[in-house]
Amino acid sequence: MSEPPSDVLYGVEHLHLSLPDLTRKPLLGPAPRIHILNDLSFTIRRGEVMGIVGGSGSGKSTLGRALVRLLEPTGGHVRFDGTDITHLGEGELRPLRRRFQMIFQDPMSSLNPRRTVGAIIEAPLALHGFDDIARRSAEALDQVGLPRSFARRFPHELSGGQRQRVGIARAIAMRPDFILADEIVSGLDVSSQAQVLNLLEGLVKDLGLTLAFISHDLSVIRRLCQRILVLHRGVIVEEAPSDQLFAAPQAEYTKELLAAIPLPDLDQVWA
Amino acid sequence: MTDRPFLEISQLTARLKGSGTPLLRSVDLAVPAGSVHGLVGESGAGKSMIGKAILGILPRSVEVATGAIRLDGTDLQSLPPAERRTRVGALTALIPQDPLTALNPSRRIGPQITDRLVDILGWDRARAVDRARQLLAEVQLPDPDRILRSYPHELSGGQRQRILIAAAFAAEPRLIIADEPTTALDVTVQKQILRLIREMQERHGTAMLFVTHDLGVVSKVCQSLSVLYAGKIVESARVEDFFRAPAHTYSRALLAASPRYTDPHGSLMPVPDEVMQAVRAEVAAFDEGRAAHV
Ligand SMILES: Nc1ncnc2c1ncn2[C@@H]1O[C@H](COP(=O)(O)OP(=O)(O)O)[C@@H](O)[C@H]1O
Ligand SMILES: Nc1ncnc2c1ncn2[C@@H]1O[C@H](COP(=O)(O)OP(=O)(O)O)[C@@H](O)[C@H]1O
Ligand SMILES: [Mg+2]
Ligand SMILES: [Mg+2]
Repeated sequence: MSEPPSDVLYGVEHLHLSLPDLTRKPLLGPAPRIHILNDLSFTIRRGEVMGIVGGSGSGKSTLGRALVRLLEPTGGHVRFDGTDITHLGEGELRPLRRRFQMIFQDPMSSLNPRRTVGAIIEAPLALHGFDDIARRSAEALDQVGLPRSFARRFPHELSGGQRQRVGIARAIAMRPDFILADEIVSGLDVSSQAQVLNLLEGLVKDLGLTLAFISHDLSVIRRLCQRILVLHRGVIVEEAPSDQLFAAPQAEYTKELLAAIPLPDLDQVWA
Repeated sequence: MTDRPFLEISQLTARLKGSGTPLLRSVDLAVPAGSVHGLVGESGAGKSMIGKAILGILPRSVEVATGAIRLDGTDLQSLPPAERRTRVGALTALIPQDPLTALNPSRRIGPQITDRLVDILGWDRARAVDRARQLLAEVQLPDPDRILRSYPHELSGGQRQRILIAAAFAAEPRLIIADEPTTALDVTVQKQILRLIREMQERHGTAMLFVTHDLGVVSKVCQSLSVLYAGKIVESARVEDFFRAPAHTYSRALLAASPRYTDPHGSLMPVPDEVMQAVRAEVAAFDEGRAAHV
């Protein structure tokens, strides 16, 4: 295990994930399985922002949860920084958990409503034995452009965009190697969307973050992501550098996704 | 447009009871018969509040201080409550944002469409069911009889939104308020639903107040729009004029903040602080001006 550190942070090979379909379980015997992810292979390089796009139900969140091992794949391999994490038990995952962080779509349900913003950012730091927790939490607020006084506020006192920044602050305070952002701007209005995306773009540059950015909407993905992976019914239908994908989409499904975006422009042919 | 607008709101001001905090500030807004008017603004701007004021379903904590809401020339504010409810029930309908919370999860779809026809408009049940069946076909849902018997959770998000569209058109309202009807949907389903709404609106000649924060959507479904900030309309325009050159700096900033994948470096621009300060100052000056008049 003394290979030089490779520039590949995630190596995913022939990933399969199926779940028992309890709604169709017969009285006797096992439930039939629903195949949610089918034979996915791709890599995420260090410092790269990978966009994961697809319609609702295409398997984006399931893929994200498999990457950070909230779900256990049923086939293939997920390697994180050289370690095969496909079937690691919770004990073996614990030291890795700090290194991959998540930000979710609905900041209200992912932030404990009874805790202050400060406590929300500090809890995972304490859990993972960081020193100087108050300083780290204050710095994370600085980095996401929220006043330090926000540490004393509660989630319901914040706007959607501000809550999403708290989610980002909590993730970056951990100094993770990888952040998974699952539909984090989908619930926001355009002005908050632009703000959060620009903030994230700056943090990616300043902190050298590696990010997987999940969205059902290709239009928010272009500037942030270098590579884009398009999922349709649990299968990768296209993977390409961002500019290439927008200039010359190959898969029919990618073309369909692009054509569906309503541009703020009266001349767009959208019929 | 020489016709009198079907919906005409003038100088509508609404406040929080008690504190008197203004939520709507002298709103003027007109929607011609058969036309679609967009209402745009960031979350919390008061878009839904305007819809609720028209429908007469403002929260108890909010009161209308001044202003008129005219439907087909009649000022709703001047009507006795019962008469107002009947009139609004007969002339208007709502397409809400979230089809899942708008439908009762424990009731079948059928009665959720027909109840309003029977209870509010006094139709007999058989006629209402016929109408529901016809509408489900019109919103392109296959097997209407099966849909009428299903529960909301048995249907997809797109199907549920089609049902709410069918329900909104059922009683041939003259005005529909669509409050972010596609925000919960993904882009491909959104496109189908927006096209359906446009087709239905054109076929039935319904006026529509279309609430959204997405200027891309406005450019596809609306003939005109108003931009709202902090309960104050900063600009109203026809879409041809607006998308060529928005008049207000805040509108321009909203357009620049909108995603536009064809222009990755000229879009998704955060609204500059100066613009926010200027529009807030405008609202503050308006509040002081009104205070000075009282
Ligand atoms: N726990 C589960 N049990 C059964 N099916 C599931 C479960 N979680 C997700 N699915 C199904 O897997 C598919 C992919 O879901 P998801 O990964 O959430 O998609 P996306 O995030 O792209 O919308 C969907 O069809 C969904 O219904
Ligand atoms: N039930 C309520 N009681 C008091 N204030 C409310 C209530 N609902 C909304 N508000 C306030 O009214 C303003 C406008 O809200 P809303 O019309 O829902 O905004 P939008 O639809 O533009 O996002 C917001 O400042 C909001 O906090
Ligand atoms: Mg998802
Ligand atoms: Mg609203």
